[in-house]
Amino acid sequence: MMELVCPAGTPAALRAAVEAGAHAIYCGFADETNARNFPGLNFSREELAEGVAHAHARGAKVLVAINTFPRAGDQALWHSAVADAEAAGADAVILADIGLLAHAAEKHPNLRLHLSVQAAAANPDAINLYAESFGVRRVVLPRVLTVDEIAAINREIDVETEVFVFGGLCVMAEGRCALSSYATGKSPNMNGVCSPASHVAYAEVNGAQEARLGDFLIHRTPKGAVAPYPTLCKGCFTSPDAKGEVQTGHIFEDPASLDATRLIPALQKAGVTALKIEGRQRSRAYVAQVVRAFRAAVEAADRGQPMPEGLLAKLTEGQAATTGAYAKTWR
Amino acid sequence: MDLTVGSNAFFWTAETVRDFYDALATTPVSRVVIGEWVCSKRLPFWQDEIPGAVEALLAGGKEVAVTSLALITLKRERKQTDDLVAMGLPVEVNDLSALRHIPEGTPFWVGPMVNVYNEGTVNWLARRGATRICLPPELPLPAIATLAKAGAEAGVAVEVWAHGRAPLAISGRCYHARLTDRAKDSCQFVCGDDPDGRDVDTLDGHAFLTVNGVQTLGRAVTTVARQINALREAGVAALRLSPHVGDFVAVAEAYAARLAAPDGSGPDLVAELRRLMPGAEFCDGFVRGDVGSSFSGAAA
Repeated sequence: MMELVCPAGTPAALRAAVEAGAHAIYCGFADETNARNFPGLNFSREELAEGVAHAHARGAKVLVAINTFPRAGDQALWHSAVADAEAAGADAVILADIGLLAHAAEKHPNLRLHLSVQAAAANPDAINLYAESFGVRRVVLPRVLTVDEIAAINREIDVETEVFVFGGLCVMAEGRCALSSYATGKSPNMNGVCSPASHVAYAEVNGAQEARLGDFLIHRTPKGAVAPYPTLCKGCFTSPDAKGEVQTGHIFEDPASLDATRLIPALQKAGVTALKIEGRQRSRAYVAQVVRAFRAAVEAADRGQPMPEGLLAKLTEGQAATTGAYAKTWR
Repeated sequence: MDLTVGSNAFFWTAETVRDFYDALATTPVSRVVIGEWVCSKRLPFWQDEIPGAVEALLAGGKEVAVTSLALITLKRERKQTDDLVAMGLPVEVNDLSALRHIPEGTPFWVGPMVNVYNEGTVNWLARRGATRICLPPELPLPAIATLAKAGAEAGVAVEVWAHGRAPLAISGRCYHARLTDRAKDSCQFVCGDDPDGRDVDTLDGHAFLTVNGVQTLGRAVTTVARQINALREAGVAALRLSPHVGDFVAVAEAYAARLAAPDGSGPDLVAELRRLMPGAEFCDGFVRGDVGSSFSGAAA
């Protein structure tokens, strides 16, 4: 059966995910060493050790994401995060930075290394480079690949692959995007945040709701309509072509989230080891519901049965869902 | 501190490419990176210009490197990386996977699309053969200083993104194609209509971003004109200038003149740039550790 890797932003979410059938939980420390560095989220050292014990007692694994890029002159914070994750009994750490991978491979030879999606290893050469140089055992694939490309990659590598199947969708190669810091000064790579809430401002202007990120208007929605969060790459903009004809719309991506449920059998056939659910910032109830649905789906796929329909309709309600780059037409 | 001209990000005609590098061969820049780093589909249209351009640049006394793509996914793109190595020039790695095609011990450069954020990464790349690294555009001055020092100790020259719209993101999806309701595979090379990229504005009419095929850049033109002395003190080896349409030779000469007059006795570089790039907005927020699109200079 494919392994189901589920998010936990809090110890309560970790317990909920384990109870709902997660095979593995991923989480991070409450600091800038992880790419979901949001206020009120993530784990202290003690909470991680307790979470690992709880998960292990019930047959689930815990993976610790230390997937931002260590700040020059300040690498010790990231180094200690790796050491503390190993001490807490983590089953693997999920890293993106070359320097940190080299450090972990040298100082923590028994710690299993996963390559974060933030490293954006998008072809067999990149994956084999990380495997040979640092002993990486699993790679989380960036969301720029089709199912066929994933199958082709798996034929050329000896490490496991993990892919995102549900939740937020990056449209840019992950870990290679500075849109957020261009608009707000805070970036995923350096600060573990994208389009941070601290830089969002809402206002009512001429009967419409405007959502800004920093100085830039990202959405304008009619009063009373559901206003999506102003994530930069899901914003509505205008663009004139060379002849001056102006297009208005979601130039990069609609405010859609990823749902690749129906592709699970194809991903299994493509040789994917693990399916990942995005959303460490989500509530315990959300996590439990999604994990339960996906556990049923991977069990069905394992038996060769069709994917259960409409399991997650409620969770994507009011928001479009897409299979993203897994279908070639998306590009 | 000297000047490097980075690889051109945009889809230019073969004739434009030829004229550009011919003119560049006589400018006061020390080195030039040439090649396609955004989209492999463009390369057949202008790759025949590369050997002549390399020859002209070498004859002009420039160091020359060839760039890899910034996002390598297709088999033929991986094969192309082998062809780059076979050219016998240093390869500028802009996708880490290109390293698999460079034999151990062969010196190479690292471009701004590789995530080099700390000393550990500089040291690993140096051990692997890197001799020159252009840092990612979003790094602030304190990080630049730390990495320039680490680079100097490891035998690596450290460059910063000094002029030109900053590359902010790269995607599997082509936004130029999407804007014309096409998919990437049937793009009809529409990015060639916009030789400096296509403007993206906010709904209230503010200049924001630039799309260039699968790449997204800032709209404002980055310039470190106000930080040149600080970068020199930090031990930065070179400033990287990124090609744009217009009188790029004059832009390169303006930077060279500024480097030659460290006391600021020459003409004001920002004023020169405003004159040379009319209508352009400028920014230097990244190097100041501020909002990337912000600028320390007065508005035009």
